[in-house]
Amino acid sequence: MAEVILRNVSKSFGKTAAVEDMTMTVDNGAFVVLLGPTGAGKTTTLRLISGLEKLDGGSILIGGRDVGQETPAQRDVAMVFQQYSLYPHMTVRDNLAFPLRSPILKTPEEQVARRVDEIAQTLQIPHKLDNKATELSGGEMQRVSIGRALVRDPAIYLMDEPLSSLDAKLRADLRVELKRIHSDLGATLLYVTHDQIEAMTMATHVGVLEAGKLVQFGSPRDIYEDPTSIYVASRLGLPRINILPSSLFAGAHKGPQIGLRPEHIRQGVGVEARVIRAEHLGDQTRLHLDLNGHAVTTLSDPHQDYEPNATLKISPENPLYFDASGARVV
Amino acid sequence: MAQIVIKNLRKEFGDFTAVRESSFTVEDGEFFMLLGPSGCGKTTTLRMIAGLELPTSGEIYLDGEEISQRRASERDIAFVFQMFALYPHMNVRKNISYPLVSQGMARHAVRAKVAEVAAILGIEDILERPVGGLSGGDRQRVALGRAIVREPKAFMMDEPLGALDAEFRERMAEELRALHDRMGATTVYVTHDQLEAMQMGDKIVVMNNAVVEQFGTPQEIYDKPATMFVADFIGSPSMNFIHFHGRVSAGSTSLHMHHAEFAVPAQREPFEGDMAFGVRPEHIRLSDAAPFRGEVVATEYLGTTQIVTLDIPGGEIKARVPATTVVRAGETVGLEFNGATVTLFDRQTGRALKSELNEGVLHG
Repeated sequence: MAEVILRNVSKSFGKTAAVEDMTMTVDNGAFVVLLGPTGAGKTTTLRLISGLEKLDGGSILIGGRDVGQETPAQRDVAMVFQQYSLYPHMTVRDNLAFPLRSPILKTPEEQVARRVDEIAQTLQIPHKLDNKATELSGGEMQRVSIGRALVRDPAIYLMDEPLSSLDAKLRADLRVELKRIHSDLGATLLYVTHDQIEAMTMATHVGVLEAGKLVQFGSPRDIYEDPTSIYVASRLGLPRINILPSSLFAGAHKGPQIGLRPEHIRQGVGVEARVIRAEHLGDQTRLHLDLNGHAVTTLSDPHQDYEPNATLKISPENPLYFDASGARVV
Repeated sequence: MAQIVIKNLRKEFGDFTAVRESSFTVEDGEFFMLLGPSGCGKTTTLRMIAGLELPTSGEIYLDGEEISQRRASERDIAFVFQMFALYPHMNVRKNISYPLVSQGMARHAVRAKVAEVAAILGIEDILERPVGGLSGGDRQRVALGRAIVREPKAFMMDEPLGALDAEFRERMAEELRALHDRMGATTVYVTHDQLEAMQMGDKIVVMNNAVVEQFGTPQEIYDKPATMFVADFIGSPSMNFIHFHGRVSAGSTSLHMHHAEFAVPAQREPFEGDMAFGVRPEHIRLSDAAPFRGEVVATEYLGTTQIVTLDIPGGEIKARVPATTVVRAGETVGLEFNGATVTLFDRQTGRALKSELNEGVLHG
């Protein structure tokens, strides 16, 4: 495993700047998740590191070595794609062994067997090793394709939304599994997703991307509690943070826009809001309110009932403030 | 608008039984969810209500009238498929007008009606645009408009948000529910997404393997599951099941499991055998003093809360605790359960044992 450094990396497709002047360090052993909506430049960043795209500007260092002129194979990275792409005519064992048998690596067969067995254990599929790839369920296939990356010991694992095609339960299982693999193997991972749960639960560091730019980089807790802009604040947290004119609430304010996470609204004191609807989600109740024509979402006790049009006093608790452009005011 | 009563509805396709003796009632004006995994019979049930399939046996009442053998066109029910099903060669206005024009409504009446629907959906400014160039959200609003414009007695919707990405789905779900609140139309909605069902529904029917497992309000189903299937299917993470072999009698308020004593709601029936102790993640507390202990396998940060996965005697469980609690993988912690919320299950049948908690909710 190795440290990966991006220095002022840029890439355009025609007139569109996909990645702009990105500088970022993925420490050895870190699990970095790049988070952003479609088109933010996440996948392009991965492809630039793996060598599937050529840099327009800047440099990429893997383990201290500038890899700008190297082919993907020379870069010693392992990539997992969104769609599992296994060899259908091969068994799970042969699929897993394939990267080790490549002419560049030329691994001795007994070592291949040992490595495949280890990875099968980690991914909890040893009983499936002799099945054909096509005889597996979707979740098992994705585990095999992750396994095919893990059998190697590359400088870094690059993963492009590997869980997005799986159902919710399986995704939750594999999240825990990936996290365990990361800590067991001490692996360095760069992982791309638009799913905030994946980013929050797995990452040691989250990089938030906006239109090709890295706008904040830090631990999930930093990003959640100390966002630098409305854009970043809106990326993490469900229900989403409420952004409102500060003037709706009495008192002095540090900025014109106030950001209130649903759990940061005190009930019983303050300005009057009208109940639109209560959503009972079981473990929590989401309360949709109207505050002088502004929609506000907050949380309440799961068993509290609210009639539509009932009124409720609310006031900010631990608010975040932003200026007119959306930048954080501290 | 309308009440829909389903009585002992059954549907067979050859040797395969898609829906088995299902009964439930959709009250006038309700947003009603049919929830279950794929192949459970929810879409078949919806199609029978709409008249796209005829039941093998059983009855369907729409406002007191038995309609189960009537043609779809004679039922006054609008069916919304995947919402992107629009006529591509027509503009927005023509797409919305189509159901009215094909009924033979006068042209000025059609114009007035389309204007009204466009105002409800906030799409007045795109009426003359071709549907080809519309955004996903607008296409969906147009498809909805085409269903609303007929003013049917009820709407049937089959996974209308299934194809959308997460962020957009959240927004459309809110919009759909707000629209329902404005119009008050009886709506039956099929989904496999439990969060969507909890979020939008007034009532939920949970189906599995062609059978109605439970029918009730979202909170009822969450707090008082009738079966292990329901307990597992609803909630994220889902209910924890601690497996044990034990005994309870009618009136028991505690039980013995894995060498410790646990409080449970007063039981209403005796049972001995293989059981599951069902407890939701948010009803587990980490406590140094508790004698029942588990080893932390993983923690997942979620902002205000975190999910802690623990190895315990009898399996693995997940607890939802405040993000401020310091927990590290590898350490051993004591666990306390909120006894008043616990459901016990017969592991053989998956059925919940009757208790003070679920009294009056469980059918049968």
